[in-house]
Amino acid sequence: MRLTCPHCGERDAREFTYLGSAKLLDRPAGDTGAEAFHEYLHIRENPAGPNAELWQHVMGCSAWLHVVRDTRTHVVESVSLASGVAR
Amino acid sequence: MSRLPSDGLIDREKIIRFSFDGKSYPAHPGDTLASALLANDVRLMGRSFKYHRPRGALTAGSEEPNALMEVGRGAHRVPNTRATVQEVFNGLEARSQNRWPSLRYDALSVNDLLAPFLGAGFYYKTFMWPKTFWEKLYEPIIRRAAGLGRLSGEADPAIYDRAFAHCDILVIGGGPAGLMAALTAGEAGARVILADEDFHLGGRLLSERDSVDDMRGADWAAEAAARLGGMPNVRIMRRTTVTGAYDTGTFGALERVADHISGPPDGCARQTFWRITARRAILAGGAIERPIAFPANDRPGIMMAGAVRSYLNRFGVAPAKQMAVFTNNDDGWRTAHDLVDAGVEVPALIDTRADVTVPQGPWRGIAGGTVIATRGRLGLNGITVRTPSGEARFRVGGLAVSGGWNPGVHLTCHLNGRPKWQSGIAAFVPAEGAVPGLSPTGAANGIFSTHGALVFGRSSADAALKTLGFSTSNITLPDAEDAPYRITPFWFVDAPGRAWLDFQNDVTVKDVKLAHQENFRSVEHMKRYTTLGMATDQGKTSNIGGLAILADLAGQTIAETGTTTFRPPYSPVQIGAFGARAEGKGFAPERFTASHAHAQELNATFVEAGLWHRAAWFAQGGETNWRESCDREVAMVRSTVGIADVSTLGKIDVQGPDAAAFLDHVYSNMISNLRPGRVRYGLMLREDGFVMDDGTAARLSETHFVITTTTAAAGQVMSHLEFCAQCLWPELDVALVSVTEQWGQFAIAGPLSRDLLSEMIAENISDTELPYMAHMPVTVAGIPGRLFRISFSGERAYELALPSGYGDALSRALVERAEAMGGGAYGMEALNVLRIEKGLLTHAELHGRTTADDLGLARMVSPRKDCIGKVMSQRPGLHGPERTQLVGLQPVDLAAELTAGAHLVNPGEPATRAHHQGYITSACYSPTLGHRIALGFAKNGRARLGEEIRAVDFMRQKGETLCRIVPIPFVDPEGGKLRG
Repeated sequence: MRLTCPHCGERDAREFTYLGSAKLLDRPAGDTGAEAFHEYLHIRENPAGPNAELWQHVMGCSAWLHVVRDTRTHVVESVSLASGVAR
Repeated sequence: MSRLPSDGLIDREKIIRFSFDGKSYPAHPGDTLASALLANDVRLMGRSFKYHRPRGALTAGSEEPNALMEVGRGAHRVPNTRATVQEVFNGLEARSQNRWPSLRYDALSVNDLLAPFLGAGFYYKTFMWPKTFWEKLYEPIIRRAAGLGRLSGEADPAIYDRAFAHCDILVIGGGPAGLMAALTAGEAGARVILADEDFHLGGRLLSERDSVDDMRGADWAAEAAARLGGMPNVRIMRRTTVTGAYDTGTFGALERVADHISGPPDGCARQTFWRITARRAILAGGAIERPIAFPANDRPGIMMAGAVRSYLNRFGVAPAKQMAVFTNNDDGWRTAHDLVDAGVEVPALIDTRADVTVPQGPWRGIAGGTVIATRGRLGLNGITVRTPSGEARFRVGGLAVSGGWNPGVHLTCHLNGRPKWQSGIAAFVPAEGAVPGLSPTGAANGIFSTHGALVFGRSSADAALKTLGFSTSNITLPDAEDAPYRITPFWFVDAPGRAWLDFQNDVTVKDVKLAHQENFRSVEHMKRYTTLGMATDQGKTSNIGGLAILADLAGQTIAETGTTTFRPPYSPVQIGAFGARAEGKGFAPERFTASHAHAQELNATFVEAGLWHRAAWFAQGGETNWRESCDREVAMVRSTVGIADVSTLGKIDVQGPDAAAFLDHVYSNMISNLRPGRVRYGLMLREDGFVMDDGTAARLSETHFVITTTTAAAGQVMSHLEFCAQCLWPELDVALVSVTEQWGQFAIAGPLSRDLLSEMIAENISDTELPYMAHMPVTVAGIPGRLFRISFSGERAYELALPSGYGDALSRALVERAEAMGGGAYGMEALNVLRIEKGLLTHAELHGRTTADDLGLARMVSPRKDCIGKVMSQRPGLHGPERTQLVGLQPVDLAAELTAGAHLVNPGEPATRAHHQGYITSACYSPTLGHRIALGFAKNGRARLGEEIRAVDFMRQKGETLCRIVPIPFVDPEGGKLRG
């Protein structure tokens, strides 16, 4: 599998590490309580299809990336910098 | 000699010698092991896996199921080498396998007589009980009886390499379709890789007598290869099998770099495993001919018809003096013509189709005929044919069989694509778009004529060029044969006797029938019950026949029955090639500190900490045990001064206007109110509330911090901080960079540490200028560095950092001065004892299941701000007396042992999980106190100081030690030594 890093271009997947769902971008505010954090940390969709997830270009520029990947085919629909994802 | 007087792509001028089972034979360059053996009239090349039946080469290619041999000597021996692929070189040594005492007289051929009892499922049904017999008796016997080649039993001394390549268009296969595709793409200026598993380009052109553009096919192929060789944008990879198709245009390929010569030059790899990334790929891997199952169809001399043409036309070898041909398609007829032209007598051309006119020739043409029996103990000497009018017997030493051709769909199925049945050619063809960017063409796509291969090779390349934005070339198409391919499917002859489907795993038509009868009716179940297609050849010649018979029995079409799953690799790849450069230091590279050479000179023994090699202790004259060195080093630090390299700790430079605000988010305690010039101990939590790591944060200026991590967690913390900065708080203006390797950093610990440093450092480092938990820029011999007053030993201590290029010199200068003051270097063992005595933490305690409260650090989670992990750390159950808490432990009998990993149990209670009270994480002998001490976690431990508890070590079975729970630190609880 290959990912196109917005900084470095198309690279082999082994340059990247996978963290998990892009839901991790939506950290609740500190005063929202344990229930919101439980939802944030532990509750995940497991879609057969496009899945938004976080990868880091650890062997490259260290950028954290927001990747939409089809879990059935590994077809990557989009890669963008996680820092630029609108929240 | 069966070598024909002329023809073939062999160098007849040169004679080379090889040996098979100890006997020496001549061969020519250009021969494979199989062709050379056949040229020397050796037909018997192996014994079958289960029944030990005599076997010869069935094919002339990589799909070979029978002719497997051990090649090479000693540690270089490679088992299960296909003789049909292995090139002969001078001095090649090959041996037959799975036979005893010899290939001709194999004792275990008795299995063949027992065949009526050894059908599919025999082992499952027979060796059911007693259960304990399986491992001790049944399995060893079965393993000895059934088998392939032997491993050498020694470490493989060969070098394997890995390599990466990129191209616009990868062309897989160098036959007419592949050559035409590569020429088309190459002329258009695309970067092309042409990979072919053979050592000559040309594919079937090398084996057929048809001409291309008025040239022999092989000559046209050679000319095309020369043209491609002259294009700088084309890379030809011979002896390279593309083994797998992976996501996003990635392909695996095995190049056999030096298997065709008598040992690679020094330092040269034997094989290279390539990862090829292609924007587009064209699969032109051709097709594989399939057999027809008939009774005793496995005798040496019975071969695929296309393979017979390969031996005749490419290698100039006649497999026998009389050969019959048995076919269900027109392509088989060519074999009869080629045999006669080569001077081989062809007594019969047998076609299963009753409705065709068998071509005229010097043979008896039999339409609607089938072979119902064969004869010959170690090789074929006769066949019996059922004709529409009765039976006929022929004396033949060879039989060429063709059941039709199967397109090589394998790579198109590696991403779970399922091939489609095409009834016109009675074969599966690749499903469209099964692997994105990969287009099958030519015979691999069911186009069997040379003309068709050339046409579609060109058009596939044109299509790929177009999608990549190249202008298509107007390359001319050579003239070539365009014979129609006519076939009537015919899978097996209904006659008494065993008819083989899978030659390598000894699976017969009867086994498939039995599987069906016993209700293993899905093709995947049938495969596993009979083991059809599960041998090293992965059923390249047998799978389709097996599922055709299953379909027939189930009353389904073949399309409904479907195929089993095709998985990489296409043909066997040694683990050594897959793992090339990833073993030993390739798997675990070594990281050395700048003082490594100096430590070696000081007689250090090293310990691995992650990839780092750190000095564990420095044995001095007379010390024979690590404990002696360690105890001396601890006492030295406590009384004078010690030097330790601490460069391996992670160091992260944090800069930006929002650096302080950022650190408040990631540390549980407050960092933003730290004054420049000061250092603070910091704790990081994971978002789930457990402790991740600890370290120090030094503030260099309002906008500049240097933080440290533990050695083990350096990478993890760096990645985590980048996540926090980029994903959680991208609005903060902060930049992070790992500077671990930029600084050589040394701990100078002990009562004399300041005295030592004062002599080296230009600046005033009095306690007023540099109190405990402060830092300052310093100059050492004119070199700017940083001095931190921090301690991991409980003594007055400093850490001095210079750019790592000066690390070696700094180490020498520090140790020399320390020694002059009665001190010296100390290692990890002493460092560990010092920190246990002081109750300081490492990842033995920060093991991922402990909270700040467990560690007695609850006050370090600031109530005045949010931070990563704060909310979750306050969940019920993550603090309080029901949890285990960090405590000190010491034996009641001060002479007793204490071991890390021991479990804590209350006196009078059984040592079971239900009564578990905690565990010991770190233990050592304290030379300062004169007895053993430990850190551990005890249930409600902080409220139980003074109580007795048992430490039970189940792992080492050292019995148990009665301990007392004591406060930490063990040494200098007031911290007076620290502050000086």
